[in-house]
Amino acid sequence: MAKKQLRRMDLIFANDDDYVEILQRTFKSSNEDIIDEMISSGLKGRGGAGFPTGLKWKLTAESTSKKKYVICNADEGEPGTFKDREILTQVPYKVLTGMAVCAKVTGATEGFIYLRGEYKFLVPLLEKELKRFRIICKDLGLDFKVNIFLGSGAYICGEESALMESMEGKRGEPRNKPPFPTDSGYMGKPTVINNVETLAHTFTIFKYGAEKFRDLGVQDSRGSKLFSVSGDTPNPGIYELELGMTVQDFVDDFSDGDCKAVQVGGASGFLVPRKRFNETAIGYQGKLTGISLPTGGSMMLFNSSRSMYNVLNNYLEFFQEESCGQCTPCRVGCQQLVRGIDAVKRGQKPAAYLDKLLKLTDTMKVTAKCGLGQSVANSFQSIVENFREEMIY
Amino acid sequence: MTKMINLTINGIAISVEQETTVLEASKKLNIKIPTLCYHKDLCVAGNCRVCVVEQIGTKKLVPSCASPVQEGMEILTNSLVVRNSRKHIIELLLSEHNADCTKCYKNGNCELQELSSEYKITNSDFIDLVPFKQYKYDDLSPSIIKDDSKCIRCQRCVRTCSEIQHLSALSVAYKGDHMKISTFAEKPLRDVVCSNCGQCVIHCPTGALVEKNYIEEVWDALGDPNKHVIVQTAPAVRVGLGEEFGTNGKGRVTGKMVTALKRLGFDAVMDTDFTADLTIMEEGTELLTRLKKAIVDKDPTVKLPLFTSCSPGWIKFIEHSHPASLGNLSSCKSPQQMFGTLAKTYYAQNRKIDAAKIVSVSIMPCTAKKFEADRPEMRNSGYKDVDYVLTTRELAIMIKQAGIRFPDLEEEKFDKLMGESTGAAVIFGATGGVMEAALRTAYEIVTGRDVPFTNLDIKPVRGFDGIKEASILIQDPLPEWGFLNGVELKCAIAHGLGNAHQLMTQIISGKSTYHFVEFMACPGGCLGGGGQPIPTSPEIRKKRMDAIYAEDASLPIRKSHENPEIIQIYNDYLGKPLGELSHKLLHTHYYPREMI
Repeated sequence: MAKKQLRRMDLIFANDDDYVEILQRTFKSSNEDIIDEMISSGLKGRGGAGFPTGLKWKLTAESTSKKKYVICNADEGEPGTFKDREILTQVPYKVLTGMAVCAKVTGATEGFIYLRGEYKFLVPLLEKELKRFRIICKDLGLDFKVNIFLGSGAYICGEESALMESMEGKRGEPRNKPPFPTDSGYMGKPTVINNVETLAHTFTIFKYGAEKFRDLGVQDSRGSKLFSVSGDTPNPGIYELELGMTVQDFVDDFSDGDCKAVQVGGASGFLVPRKRFNETAIGYQGKLTGISLPTGGSMMLFNSSRSMYNVLNNYLEFFQEESCGQCTPCRVGCQQLVRGIDAVKRGQKPAAYLDKLLKLTDTMKVTAKCGLGQSVANSFQSIVENFREEMIY
Repeated sequence: MTKMINLTINGIAISVEQETTVLEASKKLNIKIPTLCYHKDLCVAGNCRVCVVEQIGTKKLVPSCASPVQEGMEILTNSLVVRNSRKHIIELLLSEHNADCTKCYKNGNCELQELSSEYKITNSDFIDLVPFKQYKYDDLSPSIIKDDSKCIRCQRCVRTCSEIQHLSALSVAYKGDHMKISTFAEKPLRDVVCSNCGQCVIHCPTGALVEKNYIEEVWDALGDPNKHVIVQTAPAVRVGLGEEFGTNGKGRVTGKMVTALKRLGFDAVMDTDFTADLTIMEEGTELLTRLKKAIVDKDPTVKLPLFTSCSPGWIKFIEHSHPASLGNLSSCKSPQQMFGTLAKTYYAQNRKIDAAKIVSVSIMPCTAKKFEADRPEMRNSGYKDVDYVLTTRELAIMIKQAGIRFPDLEEEKFDKLMGESTGAAVIFGATGGVMEAALRTAYEIVTGRDVPFTNLDIKPVRGFDGIKEASILIQDPLPEWGFLNGVELKCAIAHGLGNAHQLMTQIISGKSTYHFVEFMACPGGCLGGGGQPIPTSPEIRKKRMDAIYAEDASLPIRKSHENPEIIQIYNDYLGKPLGELSHKLLHTHYYPREMI
């Protein structure tokens, strides 16, 4: 189990007004060195899926295509997540620094910020920042233009390939993979797509070096991470914490004293019941022993006044509505789950029907086309298995 | 040399070319993986998930239709997890589907039904979602019925309508549990850009999109002693109908089809081929007249190139999409409609039958023909020229209902007066066929000689290329056509509305200068029509095309103007091509439509 004490960090939101200098310094390094640094830092995607960021850049850099793109995924849509908005408000230059360096090492000439529709109010601020950055890049000899693309409110468009479909003017539906965006992304060209927070963390690496970044966190889960804390807590808000902490550590700090469960990673994440607080770590799966949970950073605390049936029903209704509807397991599976738990609760189906639904989520996990349908099983299984009696009575 | 990839499927080693999908590789090993959203005509969607297989070493199952093979891959197509998942997916599809199979028009030819039968889905206890849905049923179009309760959202129709037909009359609307296949603003198909081509119908795996059938109406007419029911059969029907009776290898079933129609009780069985030949006479003359106006009279109002007007799907497409070019359309009615008008005039007079008692039925490889027959313009005989249009599939249903053992039938000949056919008429059923038939006749009219191609086979206009071009240099014409001396007659052919749109764009931009262009709404022409047997695939279209050209080669007369019944109708009735009577009966014009 992770042994470190939970440490609060203040890297992301620190006011680093020396960013131009950092950018200039980084630009003096060779592309290979930058990529090596990124890889050795151990930074993984902070959107939740946890793909190694350095490798993503490397794969795109290796492509011989003349046209490449960098996209910043700012479609922050996971229920209970609200960190990216704050990053873009307070330190947009860190995200743009990350994009500029990415453009340099991959050879991309154009970038986009795919901004969640509800964050439209950020556009004037970002536009101002983008203008300034264009000039900074030019001075560094980099012809790199970043535009803002406003989403229209579909959760699925946070999925990288659906996001690109939507940017291309099509219906936001996930694509078949392979090919992956590093080979064929936006407009069929090699594309790096990184979460807002991931790009902000690259700044930390450029400023302090990979080694310092690696010092934070444990084993395969390196660095710090922003957490959006909500639910039954006296201290909701955004916190930067080291990766690898146990849920118990977290609860000790944030609970209202009556925490019965924590939902880690939003609707598509896992519910951790009190009895597992000690054995569950927050981080990427890999060498971590025990249960480890990757997360986009949403932490929802539930106290004993909450019905876990209602919690699950709320998630499932969300998925039922936000599924793009193209693939069978996700579109129909979600409907069956919503109606299925209702039928059990009402006594129209026997309690054993929950087992059939659990098997259905096993199928959804391995057959759904994208992460949305695949991850419905996470909350369903962790809630039904741990709070089965609340589902029935 | 393409790189070869080694993998194993169910433990059997195989080496296939790079870019091959797991589905294709499995097929080579005679391993069938079930599919629903996959269709050879269309891009891969990978959305039904029925074809998932296990790839050893990966946590998720992979969709075999969308997964290219990789070196060292180990695939299991029938492992426990695959079977369980596949069964779940079929159960899920059924839970959203109005599975009232015995009352479904597609009962017996439904891919979902076949799949649930194979997997013996007999005890699914998932909740029936159909009562919670507000499924729509749209039967306002004269051609196509759209029943959303049968839809499995595979999007084959959507891909067909956009990729093949460039129309997108059907597209995906809403998301999540409300996701559905819809028209613009959920208007009925009747009121949108739908060309009625029926390509969605032949690509639909279930009963969600079917032709509007008129089988009972035709049975009623056949059973009415006061009606004289006559039937015409389009060229492409004779090369498709056999598929409905398992006579695939045979190809052409012209004689058996005639026998079957007689046994069904039609009072006269005649041939659309006859009016196809008539179309050549009228349209060929129209072309030459326009050329004369353009070259000799220097008339600036004459519209060239001349566009063919046989395909009602194409007609509705141009009315919606390129209304400014309607003047280029030949004023000739389609062969079906020429036949319909003549049935209630020429035929009625000749046979001394009251036209009011005639019920005119046509058997077509086409659903748009149903719409065409319903057009208000198509009543020049004083009656509805064609009363009922049946697709090849509907005819097969009637033959089965009548207990006729089709494969064992003797072969009979069409009835006289409007039943004589030439090779030129038969090839109307294939893309390029109208062009070839027109050239065979027009060239001979102008020069007095056969077209300069071996055996009259104008090979450049044949085959499945999306857009084809051909030209013929006119030399030493007969004196009255002297103005055409040295003119290179340029022609083009497009089939499938996507190709039609592409060719139209070229023509409108002025990049291409043609004299005569053939357009067909469906891939391969009528032989791949929306009324043809299901399934239709590239291989099946190829077989039908081979059969069409074999029929052409087998006929004693292969030029429209040599058809004795054509000579007879001009002598006895019409006078001459583009004459006063033919103008009244055989020609029409079309109108712009909105783009929604």
